[in-house]
Amino acid sequence: MRVMVIVNATKATEAGVMPTTDELAAMGKYNEELVKAGIMLAGDGLHPTKRAARIQFNGDKRVVVDGPFAESKELIAGFWIWQVKSLEEAIEWGKRCPNPTGAMGQLELRPLFEASDFGAEYTPELRANEDKLRKQIESRES
Amino acid sequence: MSTSATQRTIEAVYRMESAKLIARLTRFTRDVGSAEELAQTALLAALEQWPASGVPDNPAAWLMQTAKRRAIDATRHLKVREKKQRELGYATELARAGPDMETAADDDVGDDLLRLVFISCHPVLSTEAQVALTLRLLAGLTTSEIARAFLVPEPTISQRIVRAKRTLSEKKVPFELPRGEERRARLMSVLAVIYLIFNEGYSATIGDDWVRPELCQDALRLARILSGLMPDEPEVHGLTALMALQASRTAARIDASGAPVLLAEQNRARWDYTLIGHGLRALETAERLGGARGPYALQAALAACHARATTAEATDWPRIADLYAELAAVMESPVVELNRSVAIGMVNGPAAGLAHLDGSDMSALTGYHLLPAVRGDFLTKLGRIDEARAELLRGAELALNEREKKLLRDRAAACGSG
Repeated sequence: MRVMVIVNATKATEAGVMPTTDELAAMGKYNEELVKAGIMLAGDGLHPTKRAARIQFNGDKRVVVDGPFAESKELIAGFWIWQVKSLEEAIEWGKRCPNPTGAMGQLELRPLFEASDFGAEYTPELRANEDKLRKQIESRES
Repeated sequence: MSTSATQRTIEAVYRMESAKLIARLTRFTRDVGSAEELAQTALLAALEQWPASGVPDNPAAWLMQTAKRRAIDATRHLKVREKKQRELGYATELARAGPDMETAADDDVGDDLLRLVFISCHPVLSTEAQVALTLRLLAGLTTSEIARAFLVPEPTISQRIVRAKRTLSEKKVPFELPRGEERRARLMSVLAVIYLIFNEGYSATIGDDWVRPELCQDALRLARILSGLMPDEPEVHGLTALMALQASRTAARIDASGAPVLLAEQNRARWDYTLIGHGLRALETAERLGGARGPYALQAALAACHARATTAEATDWPRIADLYAELAAVMESPVVELNRSVAIGMVNGPAAGLAHLDGSDMSALTGYHLLPAVRGDFLTKLGRIDEARAELLRGAELALNEREKKLLRDRAAACGSG
């Protein structure tokens, strides 16, 4: 199964405080372990929301709201996608994530939907549309 | 935490740690079998104690410490006999190793893990035994998981593993990293085992399901681990690339009813572009390391030709035909010639493809369903409908997998009554 590990934002990440050399080294070592264990599929850190935008939907209306956003606990500062055998395995890996500053923080682990999670409700056409979208997003990234 | 939740956690931790644990212990026991027994003892202790005490902060160190203590305890009760000399030796070594063992640098563990990879795929073992041992010791699968994956009874797998460990012990296979010329050959057998596991998942030879994605994931994970352990070996990256690129098509290879969909007819929007990205990067690494001519890198390059084509029509068939020619030069195989004939057919027409196929020695492929399937395809395109139908039906008869049988029967039926 794939699990998205969401790194919740803190006051420091939202303030754009850059990690120290030690913090980077600790995180680098952790990432290396994830790669060595063969579970790392993707992962990145995100800029603070002062560089972000939101698009709010209401019927046909679209309103663009620029960051920064309040409630830092609800925001995201980074993510990984891991290929693991079980949520328990992801939790065990998540617990090993370093916390060099000792500050309060939180990781949220969310299993990804796999095609097999949708029964007959999810028709091939629907899947194809979803996947086309994903493909476009990813081809833009690369 | 409920008991069953703790149990699942313990199983997850064990799966994460068992390979390293066994690898480290084998360094001292010099025997994979007794190392695994010690690791299992530690697992049992965890199952007994953690539900009450909670999961320790450093579960890996706890398991190692416990295994070590049990080893020393066990030998303390033994009478000094000639045949126990070796065990006594390692107990002393274990005791002397002290805390270093739990804190040993990851690089050391890497070497031990690599030794464990090589010993699990050792040529004194049958391929079946190599596969079972690799899944058990390195991927951390339980005997029943391996049995389920290969659709064989559990006792068969457990006997296979017991016998494999006994063989390694009786033949005194050293726990070491092969060097020089031997290293190349031994690495090839490691890669072959991983690819075999992948293929069993990707194109299940038996059973009703055409794809068992769990096995593909296990193989991919093993390959990624191996890429980390042997970063300078181009073929390791080549194999990783090949499997990632093939696995990227998993979702598109079966339709809603579970029936196989051929490459040309697949909805490419359903391919996994994260895996394609991984595959293309691994292939670049293999090529950068000078391994573009390696058999796995070449096969990965072939898969990459498909991965890069946004539509079936956009496939670079001339490049594919060239790559098959290169592959045929480094890997003599009737399967390569069979695929090459398909590529030639795409570039120069079905008559040329059929001519290449019929001009190649296919005697080793008697009984292989894809041979009549490909011939049948050429014959269909050439309008030789009666011959085509006969070939496709023969393919259907030879296919072991129900899904593939049906696909070929359907294609035969599509030929009409001529």
